Amino acid sequence: MTTASPSVFLLMVNGQVESAQFPEYDDLYCKYCFVYGQDWAPTAGLEEGISQITSKSQDVRQALVWNFPIDVTFKSTNPYGWPQIVLSVYGPDVFGNDVVRGYGAVHVPFSPGRHKRTIPMFVPESTSKLQKFTSWFMGRRPEYTDPKVVAQGEGREVTRVRSQGFVTLLFNVVTKDMRKLGYDTGPADTQGVSGPSLPQGFPQ
Amino acid sequence: MVSEKSHLGNQQEPVQEEPKTYLLSMTARRGPRSLPPIPSTSRTGFAEFSMRGRMREKLQAARSKAESALLQEMPTPRPRRLRSPSKKELETEFGTEPGKKVESTQQEIDSQSHSRVKFRDSARKIKPKPQVPPGFPSAEEAYNFFTFNFDPEPEDSEKKTKASHREGTNQEEEEGEEEEPPAQGGGKETDEEELLNGDDAEDFLLGLDHMVDDFIAVRPADYESIHDRLQMEREMLFIPSRQAVPTYKKLPENVQPRFLEDEGLYTGVRPEVSRTNQNIMENRLLVQDPERRWFGDDGRILALPNPIKPFPSRPPVETQELSIKGELETMYKKAVKYVHSSQHMIRSGDPPGNFQLDIDISGLLFTHHPCFSREHVLAAKLAQLYDQYLARHQRNKAKFLTDKLQALRNAVQTGLDSEKPHQSPDTIQKTINDYKSEIRQTRKLRDAEQEKDRTLLKTIIKVWKEMKSLREFQRFTNTPLKLVLRKEKVDQKADEEAYEAEIQVEISELLEEHTEEYAQKMEEYRTSLQQWKAWRKAQKAKKKKRKQAAEEHPYDETEEPYPEEDLVKPIPPEPTDRAVIEQEVRERATQSRRRPGEPMLVPELSLAGSITPNNQCPRAEVLRREDVKKRSLYLKVLFNNKEVSRTVTRPLGADFRVHFGQIFNLQIVNWPESLALQVYETIGHSGPTLLAEVFLPIPETTVFTGRAPIEEMEFSSNQHVTLDHEGVGSGVPFSFEADGSNQLILMTSGKVSHSVAWAIGENGIPLIPPLSQQNIGFRSALKRADAISSIGTSGLTDMKKLAKWAAESKLDPNDPNNAPLMQLISVATSGESYVPDFFRLEQLQQEFNFVSDQELNRSKRFRLLLLRSQEVPEFRNYKQIPVYDREIMEKVFQDYEKRLRDRNVIETKEHIDTHRAIVAKYLQQVRESVINRFLIAKQYFLLADMIVEEEVPNISILGLSLFKLAEQKRPLRPRRKGRKKVTAQNLSDGDIKLLVNIVRAYDIPVRKPAVSKFQQPSRSSRMFSEKHAASPSTHSPNHNADYPLGQVLVRPFVEVSFQRTVCHTTTAEGPNPSWNEELELPFRAPNGDYSTASLQSVKDVVFINIFDEVLHDVLEDDRERGSGIHTRIERHWLGCVKIPFSTIYFQARIDGTFKIDIPPVLLGYSKERNMILERGFDSVRNLSEGSYITLFITIEPQLVPGESVQEKFESQEDEKLLQASEKFQAECAFKFPNRQCLTTVIDINGKTVFITRYLKPLNPPEELLSVYPNNLQATAELVARYVSLIPFLPDTVSFAGICDLWSTSDQFLDLLAGDEEEHAVLLCNYFLSLGKKAWLVMGNAIPEGPTAYVLTWEQGHYLIWNPCSGHFYGQFDTFCPLKNVGCLIGPDNIWFNIQRYDSPLRINFDVTKPKLWKSFFSRSLPYPGLSSVQPEELIYQRSDKAAAAELQDRLEKILKEKIMDWRPRHLTRWNRYCTSTLRHFLPLLEKSQGDDVEDDHRAELLKQLGDYRFSGFPLHMPYSEVKPLIDAVYSTGVHNIDVPNVEFALAVYIHPYPKNVLSVWIYVASLIRNR
Repeated sequence: MTTASPSVFLLMVNGQVESAQFPEYDDLYCKYCFVYGQDWAPTAGLEEGISQITSKSQDVRQALVWNFPIDVTFKSTNPYGWPQIVLSVYGPDVFGNDVVRGYGAVHVPFSPGRHKRTIPMFVPESTSKLQKFTSWFMGRRPEYTDPKVVAQGEGREVTRVRSQGFVTLLFNVVTKDMRKLGYDTGPADTQGVSGPSLPQGFPQ
Repeated sequence: MVSEKSHLGNQQEPVQEEPKTYLLSMTARRGPRSLPPIPSTSRTGFAEFSMRGRMREKLQAARSKAESALLQEMPTPRPRRLRSPSKKELETEFGTEPGKKVESTQQEIDSQSHSRVKFRDSARKIKPKPQVPPGFPSAEEAYNFFTFNFDPEPEDSEKKTKASHREGTNQEEEEGEEEEPPAQGGGKETDEEELLNGDDAEDFLLGLDHMVDDFIAVRPADYESIHDRLQMEREMLFIPSRQAVPTYKKLPENVQPRFLEDEGLYTGVRPEVSRTNQNIMENRLLVQDPERRWFGDDGRILALPNPIKPFPSRPPVETQELSIKGELETMYKKAVKYVHSSQHMIRSGDPPGNFQLDIDISGLLFTHHPCFSREHVLAAKLAQLYDQYLARHQRNKAKFLTDKLQALRNAVQTGLDSEKPHQSPDTIQKTINDYKSEIRQTRKLRDAEQEKDRTLLKTIIKVWKEMKSLREFQRFTNTPLKLVLRKEKVDQKADEEAYEAEIQVEISELLEEHTEEYAQKMEEYRTSLQQWKAWRKAQKAKKKKRKQAAEEHPYDETEEPYPEEDLVKPIPPEPTDRAVIEQEVRERATQSRRRPGEPMLVPELSLAGSITPNNQCPRAEVLRREDVKKRSLYLKVLFNNKEVSRTVTRPLGADFRVHFGQIFNLQIVNWPESLALQVYETIGHSGPTLLAEVFLPIPETTVFTGRAPIEEMEFSSNQHVTLDHEGVGSGVPFSFEADGSNQLILMTSGKVSHSVAWAIGENGIPLIPPLSQQNIGFRSALKRADAISSIGTSGLTDMKKLAKWAAESKLDPNDPNNAPLMQLISVATSGESYVPDFFRLEQLQQEFNFVSDQELNRSKRFRLLLLRSQEVPEFRNYKQIPVYDREIMEKVFQDYEKRLRDRNVIETKEHIDTHRAIVAKYLQQVRESVINRFLIAKQYFLLADMIVEEEVPNISILGLSLFKLAEQKRPLRPRRKGRKKVTAQNLSDGDIKLLVNIVRAYDIPVRKPAVSKFQQPSRSSRMFSEKHAASPSTHSPNHNADYPLGQVLVRPFVEVSFQRTVCHTTTAEGPNPSWNEELELPFRAPNGDYSTASLQSVKDVVFINIFDEVLHDVLEDDRERGSGIHTRIERHWLGCVKIPFSTIYFQARIDGTFKIDIPPVLLGYSKERNMILERGFDSVRNLSEGSYITLFITIEPQLVPGESVQEKFESQEDEKLLQASEKFQAECAFKFPNRQCLTTVIDINGKTVFITRYLKPLNPPEELLSVYPNNLQATAELVARYVSLIPFLPDTVSFAGICDLWSTSDQFLDLLAGDEEEHAVLLCNYFLSLGKKAWLVMGNAIPEGPTAYVLTWEQGHYLIWNPCSGHFYGQFDTFCPLKNVGCLIGPDNIWFNIQRYDSPLRINFDVTKPKLWKSFFSRSLPYPGLSSVQPEELIYQRSDKAAAAELQDRLEKILKEKIMDWRPRHLTRWNRYCTSTLRHFLPLLEKSQGDDVEDDHRAELLKQLGDYRFSGFPLHMPYSEVKPLIDAVYSTGVHNIDVPNVEFALAVYIHPYPKNVLSVWIYVASLIRNR
């Protein structure tokens, strides 16, 4: 770990899954996990988490607040496969079965700083009306085999989804050594000062 | 009043401002603003005030009235308002007002001005008190306004005033102004109202009477005169003029308009806009944007070219006669066979492609190469010169010309001599003159040729001398070139004579010429002399005259010009001197001709010279030579600019020649448009670099293979190479001189020798595409616009055509759209610069490349990323690719590169014999191609892959679940619940375990006392007749009394090894031990990749070995026996069971009794039966030979096996048949879902084929048939054994996650690998050809799972054959591994088992009974007579005995080395004597197929190795690779003996069968000398 020429860059993400808006549902909890490429490795913190169950606030906003903290650090050698956070929200249906209320994913912001993201959530749809009824009745709604598929493009064409609700996330992003490795993700104002960036895009 | 107009514009402002001031006044109402407005400051103020004044008047009038009324009627409410002091104050004020107000209203009637003045007065009186800003009613006023009843009178009066005002025409403007304020005032009033409402709501509630009329002011409608409005609009609005703007206005000062189009720049077509609109826009822009940014240099508005195409690019649809319905209708067309579908097959049995072009690339020769040393350069030059010489020599033009000259001379001679009578002397003279001129010409030519020849010869000699000196100088030779100058002796005299004669002839000819010339010149001279003389005369006469004249006029002389003074006297031409001519001729002759008597020099270049060996060369030269060795070359063949094939990579020879000698048969469909070769050079392990490209001419249609001559095409490259050794480099200057002068620059160049020709088909028809294909005759109406449609795609490669088209269609050369085309044409027509052979679409691509491709390829990081994304197995899961190249170790690529190299180089070490190496390579290719085929299929996800969804429950499930509710919670007989299946993704190392439950074993061989005399045991003769019939009599109860009662016969234990993890059970006792132990073995997936695809391709095998634990007393001293026990544990291998992991993975569990694979000879053991002990089992056991073990194997947790891709494959079967088979399968699956039913299978090309096509009688090898000519059963057994010797390779392993592929028998024999189906098909076909009734049995067996067996009908009974082991079982054999039967397949039908049971023991194999067997082809669907996919006949090559013997030796060596490796801590001694004994014995085993030899062998061994304790056994395997053999030897554990004085013996025997099927016997033994 020499400071002169680092061999990895670090991405520190902390923040929280702040709140959600699911006008129709109550008593929800959420799970998050990170999906990242092969060149990425978590070095500290939790990659996955499951939150408490929260009920709607009594006021008009009817927000579901979790304030569930995220704190994870990745190291990587390649921006390809930049981490994405995958969220899945669950809650009981009328019969008390835990069913999925929404899936969603978003990339961790590239630039350092504080970012707020509101992710629209969606759930897979049943293949037929009868299926819909039975799945409602049995409390076994269609689910993704792995929530991580929402972070990938492969195979999505066979599914149909319906969107419902939003989840708001807050990220505080800190990066280290990105610039040294030739990746410039900083905000525009700091970029302008540094002048033309070194032609390091292609590491020697 | 006059001033009013001028102020009109301003007047609006105060009015508009009012709301603001009003708002302000709300807060500052009580402010100390006591100053009243000055009455006559300006007209505006006045007007304003007058309006307000009138309002106030009204208010006051109303107020006074209201007040009075209030005072009268409502005395009570007053006190209520005494809440705020301010209001009290107000109230008091009210009292003073009424009188004045009445006054003022009355005054107002008189005149406007008067009323105003007065009003102001009154206002002044009011104002000080409430201090309301001017123009606003105070709160009280407002209140009064709303609360009091107003009298109608003052309103009337006001109306009147207004009316009077209106009469005054000069006041109209003012009036217009004045109309508005009242409305505004009204607005304010409403505001006031609201304000008051808050305070005084109560008052209103108290029932004050107010009429609607009181609040409404009736006024005339607003009006503005048109003139006025126009005036205003004129001020407000800007209407740009439609007049054209002069250009100077649109341009900056003093700037001349500049027309880009005139300057030759492309401007494009401006969009169509009408002139007026443009003018309007320009005018507007001029006013609004004075900076003239919108105007271009030419003074016009800037405009982009029109983006709309002038014509539709979509072809018109013909919709005249066809209805839409008809067009939409889809037509079904049967897929046609693609000719190149099976390009990977070894045997090119496919019909050839449509057309074939044979390209023969024989080799490559460099005429210059960077690695050339100086000597090479010279050598190349020499070779070139010599080639030239040879070419010249062959043509021998000089000789030809000499002959011609001779002939001409003769002709002249004869022409002169024999004057022909019928020709006039004129014509003769003319012909002679013609001849002579020709002679002259020819002579000149001849001289030139001769001179050339001579100089060439001289240069050759010069270069050779240079080379010699260079060789001398550098003290080594690099090239074997040697020049020999052969002197041809000539007859000096004759030569001299000829030479002289020639010269004489020439001289005479020349003389003649000269005399002719002389005569001519003389003629000229004479005429000119005449002229001169005449002139002289004239001159003289003139002079005379002049003299006279001079006397007369002396001044005339000066005027006299001398015009003809310069006419000189012509010089008479010199007569030619013979001597001079002779001199000239002789000189020339010596220069260009061989001197008489001089020997004729014939240079001969040979390669006889020797090259100095490396060790005698200086270092730089050695380096150069090494560099040359590192280089290798290959050629790519590009057909229509696509790479179609490439030659093998061949190293560059020291002579800079590369020999390829490859012929490429290009099977083509299209007419070739271009044919090129690309020369690639690789240095070391770096990537190939393109040296040059050579374009080959497309052969004429008359050039066929075999007749095409080898041609040489020259190529050269412009690469610059500088080398740090002797090599001179390329494109860099170098010199031969020491001082560096006389520099040379040579470019890499060379010649490719090749020939291109059309192939000739089998029936002699040349495979040339028809000519119609060549001319692409599609020309459309868009010809002018579209180059491709007008001249065809092929025209694009033809520059001239393209240029012509461009000229015809008058393309705008400045249009950027046409830029690449124009550039291309200009380049092509100028013809000097580099003409690319392609029409590049993205011509800017290179500019966008941030590094060159080469650099990118050199980057290790990029390479790694690329390989990973291509999912190359070595890099598939490569994590964290380093950031910098320097951090990537070279060794990362080593494995991969090695593999890549191995793909081309056939590794003989692993495979030993070449055929198998080729097969292995081929299998690899098939695998790759199949995997690539299915890679796309794998990308298709099903819904079930993505989403977990409950099935729609049917009634039965609902019923069951209802039933479940009523079920007992804890039933007395609990039902087994299925284990939860785990999907493979989220697993890691250590999660998966293999559970092996070893229950018991039967009939383990028992030890024989070594010392006891050999006794003839009861051998079960494996006669066929006894096989099926239970014959207990064969095992006569002949247990002997050698064993003392109580001594254990055998102490077996089981060792399970998997992935080099070894577990073993405890030791049990006796030949029928029961362990009942569970062993747990960890499972590791390759690369930690637990994906389904990866798990499927695990090739590991679970070895279950049974050992006998033998205790040996090692005490050497009997006296110590009392104090301690010293024993040594030895273990003797008895047999093993091998179960591949893939089987376990797909079966989920394996449960059953398996036959132990016991070597045919197990020295020291015998299968003694103790009838006393095991009478109970006897009846069962007697049915079969061998030992058995009961096992239960499973994986914990249970893994979900990957499902094979359910894809519909293309098929050439009839559609009806496919439908029928689908229906049949569906019906069968509905009735018996667990029974295997197969109707169609997938062949090696990935096509669906009906299964019966695989069955057809095929001839077994003659060799096998001739062994037992009379014994059909023995032959059958032999054939089965032959089939079983073909190595087994499960499809599922090779084609992970992919369906089963069936290869035909000839493919199977070519590949020498296949799984059950291939074995079964081959065996079945052999049986059919032997005349047996045979069927393929599809069913389940242990341990294979779903498999294929062969059923045969022998007189009166059925036999079931296991094709992979060669064993056969009777139908009623309990130990038959086939456990259930799904269907039978014959050559012409399929029968599905619809009997109640499916165990072969319980079913009837009579397929004629439709109640028991459902047949595919029946009366309703008769057998259509499907042709077989099998070949007509199998052709067997005799095996190469010598190769087998060689392989045998190598194997023995390898295995011996391995055993020594496995014993790193001990010395391994080899007992040669024993080895040779064993070696003799193995062929016997092969002959008897492992039977019946044990006892003889044993006796012999005992005889020879009497004092050794011997344990060992022969292993028998089919040969596929070396590794399985090594594994098998390892698994026996022979090497584990660590007795100090142990010796080993190992012998290998390979018996070759036809078609390279090899049977391998390995005899391993350990020997311990008895003391």
